[in-house]
Amino acid sequence: MNIYRFVIEFLQIAILLTIAPAFTGWVRMLKCWSQGRTSAGLFQPYRDIIKLFSKDVLLADNASWIFRFTPYLVFGTAVLAGGIIPMLSLELPIASAADVIVLVALFAIARFFTALAGMDIGTAFGGMGSSREMTIASLAEPAMLMAIFTVSLASKSTSLSQMVHVIYSGQTVIRPSLAFALFAFILIALAETGRIPVDNPATHLELTMIHEAMILEYSGRHLALIEWANMMKLFLFIMLGAATFAPWGIAQTGEPAAIFAAFLIMLVKLVIVGAVLVIIETGLAKMRIFRLTEFLGSAFLLATLGMLSYFILE
Amino acid sequence: MITGPIGIIFYSILLLFLPVLLAPLLKNNQRVLINASFLTASAASLLGIVAGVWTVGGAFTNRIILAAGLPDLPFHLRLDPLAGFFITVICLMSFFISVYSLGYIKGYLGRRPVTSLVIFYNLFLAGMMMVVLADDALFFLISWEVMAAASYFLVMFEDERIENRRAAFLYMIMAHIGAIAILLSFGVMAGLTAGLGGFNGYTFDAMRQAQFPIGWATTAFLLAFFGFAAKAGVVPLHVWLPEAHPVAPSNVSALMSGVMLKTAIYGIVRVTFDLLGTFPWWWGAIVLIFGLISAVMGVLYALMQHDLKRLLAYHSVENIGIILIGIGLSMIFTSFNFPMLASLALIAGLYHTMNHAVFKGLLFMGAGAVLHATNERNMEEMGGLIHRMPWTAALFLIGCVSISALPPFNGFVSEWLTFQAFLLSPALTSPLLKLLIPLGAALLALTGALAAACFVKAFGVTFLGHWRGHRMPHVHEADWFMRSGMILAAFTCLVLGVLPTFFIDWMNIIPEQLLGTKMGAGSGAFGWLWLAPVARERASYSGTIVFLGILVVVVAAYIILHVKPGAIQRVPIWDCGFGKLNERMQYNSTAFAMPIRRIFGFLFHIRERVKLTPAGAYPAVPKRLHYYLRIRDRFWGWLYRPVVEFSFWMSRRVGRLQQGRIQAYLIYSFITIIVLLVFSK
Repeated sequence: MNIYRFVIEFLQIAILLTIAPAFTGWVRMLKCWSQGRTSAGLFQPYRDIIKLFSKDVLLADNASWIFRFTPYLVFGTAVLAGGIIPMLSLELPIASAADVIVLVALFAIARFFTALAGMDIGTAFGGMGSSREMTIASLAEPAMLMAIFTVSLASKSTSLSQMVHVIYSGQTVIRPSLAFALFAFILIALAETGRIPVDNPATHLELTMIHEAMILEYSGRHLALIEWANMMKLFLFIMLGAATFAPWGIAQTGEPAAIFAAFLIMLVKLVIVGAVLVIIETGLAKMRIFRLTEFLGSAFLLATLGMLSYFILE
Repeated sequence: MITGPIGIIFYSILLLFLPVLLAPLLKNNQRVLINASFLTASAASLLGIVAGVWTVGGAFTNRIILAAGLPDLPFHLRLDPLAGFFITVICLMSFFISVYSLGYIKGYLGRRPVTSLVIFYNLFLAGMMMVVLADDALFFLISWEVMAAASYFLVMFEDERIENRRAAFLYMIMAHIGAIAILLSFGVMAGLTAGLGGFNGYTFDAMRQAQFPIGWATTAFLLAFFGFAAKAGVVPLHVWLPEAHPVAPSNVSALMSGVMLKTAIYGIVRVTFDLLGTFPWWWGAIVLIFGLISAVMGVLYALMQHDLKRLLAYHSVENIGIILIGIGLSMIFTSFNFPMLASLALIAGLYHTMNHAVFKGLLFMGAGAVLHATNERNMEEMGGLIHRMPWTAALFLIGCVSISALPPFNGFVSEWLTFQAFLLSPALTSPLLKLLIPLGAALLALTGALAAACFVKAFGVTFLGHWRGHRMPHVHEADWFMRSGMILAAFTCLVLGVLPTFFIDWMNIIPEQLLGTKMGAGSGAFGWLWLAPVARERASYSGTIVFLGILVVVVAAYIILHVKPGAIQRVPIWDCGFGKLNERMQYNSTAFAMPIRRIFGFLFHIRERVKLTPAGAYPAVPKRLHYYLRIRDRFWGWLYRPVVEFSFWMSRRVGRLQQGRIQAYLIYSFITIIVLLVFSK
């Protein structure tokens, strides 16, 4: 049984590694369709990654080991997070190594090193990206914590599997606090994964890019790892949201049939979330960077309202 | 013959006095003096570590009475687990820093004599250890003054610079205002314990047994909190800290920031939990609020700095705030009678005390190595040091990751525990606190994220990119003594982060003695791998698995991608084809902090001006640009300026007495004698 649990763990990481690019492909495809363009297909991200892996690395003269180490670290934290967030089953042996707060911190390590790598080469773009990324992160973090706090009030736990358990065993009443927290979480997730209206993943225009500015000097396999990790991060945030707010489908046991059903339901959720994301992204324009204070401030406010409504209404 | 752990510490303090006595004899041979005294300090600190670990582990309480002080007022010394914990923290860091000093202080050889530095360094260490051992108000205050005076002379060490003298003066004033408050606090407690007639109330034992009426207890607490807060650099009493810590020699900055501030934390814990014992919830609220303000303001001030050591000094304000958050929560939980939660919060605060000592010591040592190598404290002039100082860079990075509360290093463990304590606050019965305390958690999250931003800036600007200064000095890597001190501290950061359960089990005796309960379900209840403060369903964290997990994936990815030797070509930076990229175009620390300065600017007094000098025919293409930025502490204008002005005004008034004529002075003396004769019967 114990070995079987590790099999599920590895299965989940394998799904993360393989499905995440397809999900990004799906979002790009929908976006192309909604904007009247021809898409490159669902599998273009895989082709991109493979292409990058087979290319040589061009490294700036004064790049230090931090620049070379960062892609591996970013990739490593994403994979580790994939082993902790319940996607298929709650029977994850290493899940209790980290609760939601640790997960947030895991993404923070990746961000910390990416920002350092941005400053390593010594170009203006890199520093600009790092500075903006860290600013946005510091505004997003309190909102994220309030959202977590609100959700954990109901389940009295910050452990993800426990949160899922509570939602499964609890009454099916709709909690207003959860609705507020969900809205806050969506805003934060848009900021954390660098989507419109916070950052534009497709831009390379000097004045608007944030995340892309930090990784501008990367090439070859380093870039492949970072791009891949970035796709995984988007995927993981969706899984994190699904586990916290809509866990239905995640298997409570380790039976193969239940796992398979969980996998199918997960795909359905991904398809839906991808469509919602595209609607948000095509419907909104990218914000000026100093408008983001209001954007993330409203996320914080929503999460706080959620907490208040828990104490007042529930 | 004094035996047991307290004996070991007693002798290690005596050992610290040895270099003090020997220094004048050896002053003609500075190299021998440095070696002898810092080796003695290291040995004394090692003894202290043994005794401290032993005391806490064995839950001993030893005491000795020295017939040394004034007649009928012997010195009482006591070593209990709380004192043992702080002795461990002090000695651990003083060991690392003494090893580091063996290399660092040699940089002064041939430049200036270090005899006074050696004397006061050892006195400073001894003073800190004595503070923690003291078990009566008299000995406590004497030790406190030894510590303050020794550190004053250390700040003054390079006294030819005016800024050092000013900083030292400010430091001395603040230290003494604090000391007066502490003295008054002990006076209140001692007076209530045994009446004002005798001196029986001055021992801590007597204070422990006494019951204080709430009004007087509050007075004593507020005075003590004010006094210790002034020493700890709690906002708004923090102004001396960023002035005094950076100008001292770097090993002393490491001691002051990493260790000396902790004696103030010790004082707060000792007075509230031990001497006063019971308290209303709003005392805890005061500590919590000041903790939160210090944490957020400290990190924001730090972000505005471009002097590396000043930046680190402001981070001490932030971290003292985080420690006080834990202690404040613990006080609130205690007064609402939740001893389990109170012990969790207290452990969080104390664990952060230890963590902060280690990583702040490490960071100051790293900053010292940079200063030693470049003679530069201004980050705007630095850059690219990672290539010249690979060891210092890597070790400084570990310090940065730890202080930014990123797993798997130690800063994260204590912040995580503090968050857990926050998340348990809905257990409180007061609806107001239920609603307000979680907002504190958000502020703590903001602090953590801003600290990460600040250390990306500090490390990125100092060590990465290109050298920004006009002239690149000859930069050399730190020597092996300095490296060993930093390596030991960095390793401790990792161990405290990866194996927290061992240390928490070790120190769990402290809440048991102060609050009557150990922390939660015990950290070891689910095996050493899992840190689960309340119950495993509630929350758990395993630093070991996070560390190994990341390590395994990173190594695996690295190996897989290097099966066939991948080609890496080194090329010049891509300059978009313009070919005019230079190192002045890099982001510097002012630029990096600009978005945050703009968002949180309302908290500061900022004056920013840009002056363009147009170039004749083309006004759109300026010839020269002047950028002027001044950021000032609002508290200085609100709080200190009025006090300073008032005291000058008062002095001028009082100064009128000074006539310069002997007749007037004789009349003053005569009146004084008459008044004394009338009233002092």
